[in-house]
Amino acid sequence: MNQFLDMVLIGISAASIYSLMAISMVLVWRSTRVVNFAQAGMALLSAYIGYELVARVGNFWIALPLAMILGAAFSAFIEFVLMRTLQKHSTQGAIAAIAPIIATLGLLGLIRATIGFIWGHGDVQLEAPLSKVGFKFGETTIIMNPMSLFVLLFVITLMIIVSIIFQKTNIGLALRASAYAPEIAQLAGIRVSGIRTLGWAIAGAAGAAAGILQTVNGTGSLTPESLEFSLLLVFGFIAAVIGGLESLPGAVLGALILGLVLAAVQIYISGALVFIVAFLLLLLVLILRPQGFLGSKAGRRA
Amino acid sequence: MLKIDNLTVDHGAIRAIHGISFSVEKGQLAAVIGSNGAGKTTLMRTLSGLKGAESGTATWLDHNLLHGKPEHHVRQGVSHVSEGKSVIAQLTVEENLDLGALWRRNRVEATATKEEVFNLFPRLGERRKQLADTLSGGERQMLAIGRAYMSRPALLLLDEPSLGLAPLVIEQIFQSIRQIVDSMGVTVVLVEQNAMGALKIADTGVVLNLGTVAASGKASDLIADPAVRTAYLGF
Repeated sequence: MNQFLDMVLIGISAASIYSLMAISMVLVWRSTRVVNFAQAGMALLSAYIGYELVARVGNFWIALPLAMILGAAFSAFIEFVLMRTLQKHSTQGAIAAIAPIIATLGLLGLIRATIGFIWGHGDVQLEAPLSKVGFKFGETTIIMNPMSLFVLLFVITLMIIVSIIFQKTNIGLALRASAYAPEIAQLAGIRVSGIRTLGWAIAGAAGAAAGILQTVNGTGSLTPESLEFSLLLVFGFIAAVIGGLESLPGAVLGALILGLVLAAVQIYISGALVFIVAFLLLLLVLILRPQGFLGSKAGRRA
Repeated sequence: MLKIDNLTVDHGAIRAIHGISFSVEKGQLAAVIGSNGAGKTTLMRTLSGLKGAESGTATWLDHNLLHGKPEHHVRQGVSHVSEGKSVIAQLTVEENLDLGALWRRNRVEATATKEEVFNLFPRLGERRKQLADTLSGGERQMLAIGRAYMSRPALLLLDEPSLGLAPLVIEQIFQSIRQIVDSMGVTVVLVEQNAMGALKIADTGVVLNLGTVAASGKASDLIADPAVRTAYLGF
């Protein structure tokens, strides 16, 4: 029973961060049809910026939202400068489809190299602002601690805000319409290119939150070559694919499935199998249900 | 007045429209007819800014239609309902309508316009919370026209609203289009393969053939013209 509780808590805790990464992949995919591999680098950069802000402001609770705003601005900048230029210059042939994706890979390398140039290649530590000692209930200590509880609640709050924006506001309607049918949205008077940039901005904020929360929830150490962040990208992508790549609730569901499955493997079988299972899960979903679980036949649902 | 002068448009490597000229008076309904490949859809996409032109001019009042994107033209009173029931299936009926008025940033006016749309097409009012995906073909076309109307257009470009619909439904939609012209003072360019149906409700007509104007004039004259009758009206 205790083992099962541990599994659920570890799973949900991991899922909360995967889901942030997954919705940022989904938002970028929906707005520009690009799988943004640079998201790992952008999240890592945000974590470094979070580290720098904590060092200067001395307060994590101010640094977190600030880093998210900067992450949004950086992401919007990338869309505005890089993606728009690419779309203008490569409009025909095989390169048109592949150029933006390769560009995000290039950007990933560029960001990592720049981080190394600014902060050096050694470790830096982003300290957790809350205790990481598990809550006690009588004699038993559970695996959930104040830090991971905060992460979970913060992510749930963000998700609620994002779904209210998408479902209830005019901007949300414009975002959805531009994702489903850009041409019709344009004919209806929506400035689709601006809406695209906004989609990237929201994705950037979610990615920044993922990067910082992942770091403080984990070991707290950051390196420019961090393997952890590459895996974060992969897990976010797997979660997004399980959810159908187009759907925000799907991305959250995909993250929950992935988090729980990996936690079960870790607790009941072996921690060494986690990556093997994660990639097998990705391949299985791609083979058996390529439209994901919340993707419709046309592959497009809110 | 919509004024098109010597307009030439390419579709990929093919010349789709060869220097056509015609005009439509304000408050009139003009039918543009012709067979498949006559350049009708290309013409509409050019006028709404989805496509660029090679040469010539096209103006609505003092507004140059060959410059700027569709979202820019919408703000100048030009709305386009593209071919094939242009609604967004994943949004509700009401959301599809709201979309057309978002740029106006005026909730009160938008709500009033929405009531006008529901008066014109009561079926949409009954289904306002349903996903557009669940609508019949005729209802989708009504929704597409309604969405364009939400932008309060002065010039409405309709591309084949009768496509794939039953005769009774077509009749209904054509009556509504006539009503939009008569009681709301909108100028309409109606592209149709259903030539007879379109000419019957239109004030003027333009016959396109392989990207050139084969005939034009009053709709009633075109219906009476023996050459037009044999070639396009099928009797």
